[in-house]
Amino acid sequence: MAYVAVKGGERAIDAAHAWLAEERRGDPDVPEITIAQIGEQLGRAVDRVMAEASCYDPALASLAIKQAQGDLIEAAFLLRAYRTTLPRFAAARPIDTDAMQISRRISAIYKDLPGGQVLGPTYDYTHRLLDFRLADGAPPADDSPPASALQDMPKNGAEEGAAAGRMKPVSAILAHEGLIEEDDVADAPPGDLTREPLAFPAGRDLRLQALARGDEGFLLSLGYSTQRGWGGTHPFVGEIRVGEVAIEIDPPELGFPIEIGDIIVTECQMVNQFKGSKAAPPQFTRGYGLCFGHGERKAMAMALVDRAMRAEELGEEVIAPAQTIEFVLSHCDNIEATGFVEHLKLPHYVDFQSELETIRRLRREAEAFASQDRREAAE
Amino acid sequence: MAEGITGPEPNVKRQRWMAVLARASVTEIEALLAGMEPPRPHIRLRGPEIGLVMARGRAGGGGAPFNLGEMTVTRCTVRDAGGRIGHAYVIGRDPRHAELAAMLDAAMQDEARHDRLERMIIAPLAASQAEARAASARKTAATRVQFFTMANMR
Repeated sequence: MAYVAVKGGERAIDAAHAWLAEERRGDPDVPEITIAQIGEQLGRAVDRVMAEASCYDPALASLAIKQAQGDLIEAAFLLRAYRTTLPRFAAARPIDTDAMQISRRISAIYKDLPGGQVLGPTYDYTHRLLDFRLADGAPPADDSPPASALQDMPKNGAEEGAAAGRMKPVSAILAHEGLIEEDDVADAPPGDLTREPLAFPAGRDLRLQALARGDEGFLLSLGYSTQRGWGGTHPFVGEIRVGEVAIEIDPPELGFPIEIGDIIVTECQMVNQFKGSKAAPPQFTRGYGLCFGHGERKAMAMALVDRAMRAEELGEEVIAPAQTIEFVLSHCDNIEATGFVEHLKLPHYVDFQSELETIRRLRREAEAFASQDRREAAE
Repeated sequence: MAEGITGPEPNVKRQRWMAVLARASVTEIEALLAGMEPPRPHIRLRGPEIGLVMARGRAGGGGAPFNLGEMTVTRCTVRDAGGRIGHAYVIGRDPRHAELAAMLDAAMQDEARHDRLERMIIAPLAASQAEARAASARKTAATRVQFFTMANMR
């Protein structure tokens, strides 16, 4: 078996990359975009890249988006590759989402929940009409609220207090009646799929980690499939909240915990009707979504798929893709998926030559059989 | 806070100033330092170096922990002329931020300088952070839905 020479591409590759750099920059008469502009004005793209790269750093995610010309999967790939160059100092204490400094908090099951419905900066209730004022660099159209709306509010009162203090999750309301499953209280150290290869069946800790870094589009489609009957979970949005949470670590050299700053996360508590099974009485069950940045669609899809993957645990029949743990976890990572799909465009010359030889041989054999059959039929 | 760093819970005070310094920007810290005598020299014992911290959540919000994803963090440890050790861990990748925070953590442990640093650096930073939170809470409150009932439509 001889090696096939595959040298000779260097000059072509250099030229291709030079052209790529030129194309990335675009028309030099148009001002170059800055990392700060991406961070400030394309925040949802930055959030998505951080979530799917599983690495929170808005400036690096902005750089990755610039380098990848806005290809968000490529950007997540770049950020994830960078992440592998760094040592891990510590694991933080679990974030306390009850203490979140919320910018948004809504419930679809209780209108008057404690703390109220807080819309925050949302695209809900916008008309999804292109706003041509933005094209001219003008302020957004009139249907956006006047700036004075932001002044017209209690400066101090109880309502602001509710936003600033602890806010129990909406599931706590149903918990009084015992009609909703409670969180398990196990405090074992969670598994880490970045350190140990996934083994199946994977526990909920590993499932949630995989979903939190999973591809938004894949999880959205899977979540949608459960709504259309492929493993239905009868979901309601118990609550979605977006805001800042403190990150707290326990450095061994100090001997006490310290806060090292805040990050923005989105949390979704999905509440699911459940008629009961041999494993559990009739009650509301829950699916959970949590992701870096402002990513409601991601958090909701994650919560739907988290609940669907609990089918076996709750004694439900496992019949749909979203309920099949191995199927979901093996395919939700877009870096792995793009690696395996896109590797197909790399040279497969030798593989293909051997396939070609096989097909030729099979064809010769098939033709030989056919002519033998004809001879036998004629005799 | 004029009672120095001793007291029943010195760690609680240190936790507070470390948190305030972690949330401050380099620009803010340097602006406040500019109004004071130059900081005393220190020796870097570790870093500043960039690494990762794994953030965790809890299943269902209050259940068993799971790994949410990592974040970049910079840490630094310094020793000042008096032998005091200052530590800092700050989110992000700014070595200057971690070193300033570690330097001030060491300085804040010095009884002689503590109260003045608290007044000149920590308190103003804490106040601006509280104001930023309050401003954000006011914006949030403006988007709280005020339901009203269409009563007695007859």
